Amino acid sequence: MEMSKKLAGKSFKFGDDISTDLIAPGRYFHLRSNLPELAKHVLEDADPEFAKKVKPGDFVVGGRNFGLGSSREHAPTIIKLAGVGAVLAKSFARIFYRNCINVGLPALKCDTDKIDEGDILEIDLKGGEIFNKDKNIKIKFNPLPEVMIKILSDGGLTGHIKKNEGFNL
Amino acid sequence: MGKTISEKIIGKHAGKEVKAGDIVVVDVDVVMAQDGTGPLAVDQIKNMGFKKVKNPDKSIFFIDHAAPSPRKELSNSHMVLRNFANKSGAKISDVGEGVCHQRLIEDYSCPGDIVIGADSHTCTSGALGAFATGMGSTDIAVGFAMAKTWLMVPETIKINLGGKLPKVVFAKDIIISLIGKITSDGATYKALEFGGPLLANLTMDDRFTISNMAVEAGAKTGIFPTDNITKDYLASQNRSDCFKEISTEEDADYKDIINMDCGKLEPMISAPHTVDNTIKISELEKVELNQVFIGTCTNGRLSDLKIAAEILKGKKVAKGVRLIVVPASKKIYTEAIKEGIITDLVESGAAVMAPGCGPCVGVHEGALGDGEVCLSTQNRNFKGRMGNPDSFIYLASPATAAWSAIKGYISDPREVL
Repeated sequence: MEMSKKLAGKSFKFGDDISTDLIAPGRYFHLRSNLPELAKHVLEDADPEFAKKVKPGDFVVGGRNFGLGSSREHAPTIIKLAGVGAVLAKSFARIFYRNCINVGLPALKCDTDKIDEGDILEIDLKGGEIFNKDKNIKIKFNPLPEVMIKILSDGGLTGHIKKNEGFNL
Repeated sequence: MGKTISEKIIGKHAGKEVKAGDIVVVDVDVVMAQDGTGPLAVDQIKNMGFKKVKNPDKSIFFIDHAAPSPRKELSNSHMVLRNFANKSGAKISDVGEGVCHQRLIEDYSCPGDIVIGADSHTCTSGALGAFATGMGSTDIAVGFAMAKTWLMVPETIKINLGGKLPKVVFAKDIIISLIGKITSDGATYKALEFGGPLLANLTMDDRFTISNMAVEAGAKTGIFPTDNITKDYLASQNRSDCFKEISTEEDADYKDIINMDCGKLEPMISAPHTVDNTIKISELEKVELNQVFIGTCTNGRLSDLKIAAEILKGKKVAKGVRLIVVPASKKIYTEAIKEGIITDLVESGAAVMAPGCGPCVGVHEGALGDGEVCLSTQNRNFKGRMGNPDSFIYLASPATAAWSAIKGYISDPREVL
């Protein structure tokens, strides 16, 4: 993905410990082979209306330990398929974070207490800064590790492997 | 400064000295995916232009999460895995053979290995002294295709287990208690390394339960050193040849050391909807049950079924309660049949299902109704986990589960054992 791209959209606020079961519920296990259909249920058990309300470019904003639980890569994949530009949280569970990078969905660690539901945000991925237009404040986010910037820049892990015919980290 | 077990294993697979924080590309020994994550891994292997897996003998697709398949979409996904395994040289572990993590410890993972799997509970193999960790389908696709992955060498939290374990306190109670203490993200990006004098009294089944739930504290792996107990286990699986001494170094650089006096523990419960929402059973208010589930990669092993049968033999499951039992593998199921355990369970009122994940993932075999309450021996109680966001899941040991099934509400196994 283009790291110099600026992202802009509306915030959808969620709490702490948003599990992959809330993002991609097990009862839709059979839809994992039909991701656009599964995406219609994204985050359904945290906010049943989310998939209907979200617009391309909007942001998912969580609290602590976002994405805990299962290794299902379908979770970040359907967040991305729903059009979400980036996921912001105070902290991420390890596998979810890694999966985000692999599927090309920016996952940004920052102080999300400074963001409320519906706030309009502008994000400069390269500059490491979020501008909350509604509150007129700038929020720094922890820069992505270099290895993850490389993978993201190559369009995710498969892009990285194809481009370099193996790892080049 | 000495090395942690994780640093030693990762260094060996990276071909150089490593320390916590380093990012390295490593060779991997065992790669696996299951039926929920495998089809996406297959897509990604093909996207990268690979047709074969690099290391066929230790590349495995497990059909366990929805096995046997409850609907055609999943049957088709299973076909994708069987066809790909057939063409690529990978192994397939099909319907009825058991849960991936149980099958790995029985037949594949060895001390000193790096094991990666597209399932978060891959850390279970850590009990054998392997660096075992869960990843997503794309990472695993690369693992299948190239037998390599990249890792950040984790910092390690040493957990020293000490004290004399009370008679009716089990490995499940130890790990639930620990997760309550360090919370659901207390070990994120870190390895948990278990040690201390109590290890000499922990069976491999105990250790598997503990390693299995390391990820519920956010950990990358939950690793044990190896000893004669590990050696005997591998011998019992006809795999003596893969035993290796795995130990930590005295002056290893731990991020943190937690000393746990297990002599003071009592039976524990994780209450809805997070695993770290823990409470001593003696402090829990009366919780009426609709369903009890004994099984999974956490607690579906022979010793788990045995203690359940000991409690349930000659008694009946309470009216209005459904008891579901799922042995974790065919090997366990067969042994439990031979020992009469399955007969005791069925006669008490249990519905025994084919080896696999059972209702833990919310796909089949025991989805909960609106407002229903389940006590389970599984590792997760997240909202919606068992197929219904309007239901409630409590976690406990098999002994607590079995006694509670008889009583009809969550009950203290010290009343019966």
